[in-house]
Amino acid sequence: MKTVYVDNNATTKVAPEVLEEMLPYFSELYGNPSSMHFFGGQVQKKVNEAREKVADLLGADPPEIVFTSCGTESDNAAILGTLDSYPEKRHLITTRVEHPAIGNVGTYLGRKGYRVSELSVDREGRLDVDELRESFTDETALVTIMYANNETGVIFPIEEIGEIVKAKGIPFHTDAVQTVGKIPINMKKSKVDMLSLSGHKLHAPKGIGVLYIRKGTKFSPFMIGGHQEKGRRGGTENVPYIIGLGKACELAKRHLDEENTRIKVLRDYLEAKLLEKIPNTLVNGDRNHRLPNTVSVSFEYVEGESILLLLSDLGICASSGSACTSGSLEPSHVLRAMGVPFTAAHGSIRFSLSIYNTKEEMDYIIEHLPPIIQRLRDISPFWKDYLKSQGKG
Amino acid sequence: MWDYTEKVKDHFLNPRNVGEIENPDGAGEVGSLACGDALRLSFKLDENKRIKEAKFKTFGCASAIASSSALTEIIKGKTLEEAAKVTNQDIANYLGGLPEEKMHCSVMGREALEIAIANYHGQKVVKEDFEIICKCFGVTDREIIKAIREDDLKTVEQVTYYTKAGGGCEQCHPKIEALINQVRKEMAKEAPPLQQEKKKLTNIQKIKLIQETLGREIIPALKADGGDLELIDVEGNKVYVALRGKCSFCPSSEFTLKKYVETKLREFVSDDIELEEVRL
Ligand SMILES: Cc1ncc(COP(=O)(O)O)c(C=O)c1O
Ligand code: FES
Repeated sequence: MKTVYVDNNATTKVAPEVLEEMLPYFSELYGNPSSMHFFGGQVQKKVNEAREKVADLLGADPPEIVFTSCGTESDNAAILGTLDSYPEKRHLITTRVEHPAIGNVGTYLGRKGYRVSELSVDREGRLDVDELRESFTDETALVTIMYANNETGVIFPIEEIGEIVKAKGIPFHTDAVQTVGKIPINMKKSKVDMLSLSGHKLHAPKGIGVLYIRKGTKFSPFMIGGHQEKGRRGGTENVPYIIGLGKACELAKRHLDEENTRIKVLRDYLEAKLLEKIPNTLVNGDRNHRLPNTVSVSFEYVEGESILLLLSDLGICASSGSACTSGSLEPSHVLRAMGVPFTAAHGSIRFSLSIYNTKEEMDYIIEHLPPIIQRLRDISPFWKDYLKSQGKG
Repeated sequence: MWDYTEKVKDHFLNPRNVGEIENPDGAGEVGSLACGDALRLSFKLDENKRIKEAKFKTFGCASAIASSSALTEIIKGKTLEEAAKVTNQDIANYLGGLPEEKMHCSVMGREALEIAIANYHGQKVVKEDFEIICKCFGVTDREIIKAIREDDLKTVEQVTYYTKAGGGCEQCHPKIEALINQVRKEMAKEAPPLQQEKKKLTNIQKIKLIQETLGREIIPALKADGGDLELIDVEGNKVYVALRGKCSFCPSSEFTLKKYVETKLREFVSDDIELEEVRL
């Protein structure tokens, strides 16, 4: 059975070039970059090169790049490291649609006595910038708002938000884990103070991340230890992974164009065909401000886990915002925050593409998904009711 | 990925008895679109008042569809009295087991059956007669109490797995907790736990039981605090142990720990156990 992998917002394939670049640093080149001798020094040099490549993709200065163990650590460090620098300020502004790496830190801080404002989104997943303006207090220590949403791909107006936040003199963090490598980012022209990214979303391995910290931003280390990363993140560097991430960023820069042309065309093709072939299908999220690789579609009156398992049976790997797949009983907090009706929220499927996807793969999905939805609708009690209500039953 | 049995997969991929019976003898529906799963069950009886035909339509995940399919297979050929005795555990067993988080799918099957049978008798199971405990999923005290009793549930988490109650905003957790306490108290009164007769053990059995008890009751807690305990020897009713790790340096350890371990061993192994600490 062939595998059609369209779950790249969950994780991506490690690029062969990335793996090749990493391998020597697991074996013969095992030196510690902090060592004085030549053996560590040559590794140090390679780590610096990787830092430059990451900085290059972001339009940042290399010293602004701090390597971490994952996107989640970057998010945690940004929030807790900032709050620690402003102990007298006990208010945080974020949104209702963040990844748990931010959302659950907010919940945790709420229990610790912080006030957390979660901005709402509309039916299309868009933020209301006026709500942000009304949320500031003298106590606000940090604003953290994701760049693009992992479930719907909706992109927030980060620079517009940045203007507003900076005018207040408040630090601004963005979780760009789903964004880096998919759309251009230039920190030189940005108002963002801190930005998180994660290696495994851009063809580097799992377990490596970056927190970009703009020069001059107050920050206390979250991982306290040695002098690594200029004292901003203790712990001997994860050398092979850092080198892999450097290579992945170099490739991502090269592939940015393709992401926004060929991949976007494939995504739009898949979306259009599914809407055409399957009745009662809707797209979740603002189609005009969306990552080029992501589409979240809802098929009414059927449930996401069932769809995923039938797809999986055909080798198609996607994901769902349905309750049953998340291990919880409620559909995704993102779709609920958007007010997607229950008829549709339970039947949502996310396809997320990468540069490794092809037109043939889209055609394979377009061929097989409509009968799957039909089959589940034939089992669903609500489909017939719906048809009856439409006078078609 | 959920860990479904082959039987669940089979009933999901090839569901039996899908459909709705025209003019059924009994029909019942539970769940809703909002809840994420729903089951509509209908059946027809033969001249001997046995279920001749049973059909379902289900909206939900793989285990919901498989549970519905299993339910229709189980009840076919049964009288209504027999069918009324089918429990959610029977449905789960028929499928070779369900992940615990998915047990509510089998409960949904049992509830639909109950409503369909009541429907046959011209009765109605009305939710309004009972207190809704969980607003998010519309679960009543009656359903929760029934699940606690029949499935021997002990925690809020388990109640959520079996009935969905508590799986949303969590505001009902204190109420569920209170129900569990109340029902378990009643259960304890109804069936006082049999004082387990401690059998006479052979030496080998005794050592094994001591090891099991230490492994289950004592060592995990010690390890969590950086300590450990090793069984050195057993002579008659005397058990020799050595403390390791942090415990071995802690002067207060001897008294509290000795008492504690001894109590546990007396409870689970034999009433006359005496514990001795050795330093090796
Ligand atoms: C928006 C967003 N933030 C954070 C993370 C967490 O990244 P990681 O898996 O590297 O911890 C993810 C990944 O799922 C994500 O999509
Ligand atoms: S009321 Fe029970 S989970 Fe919300």
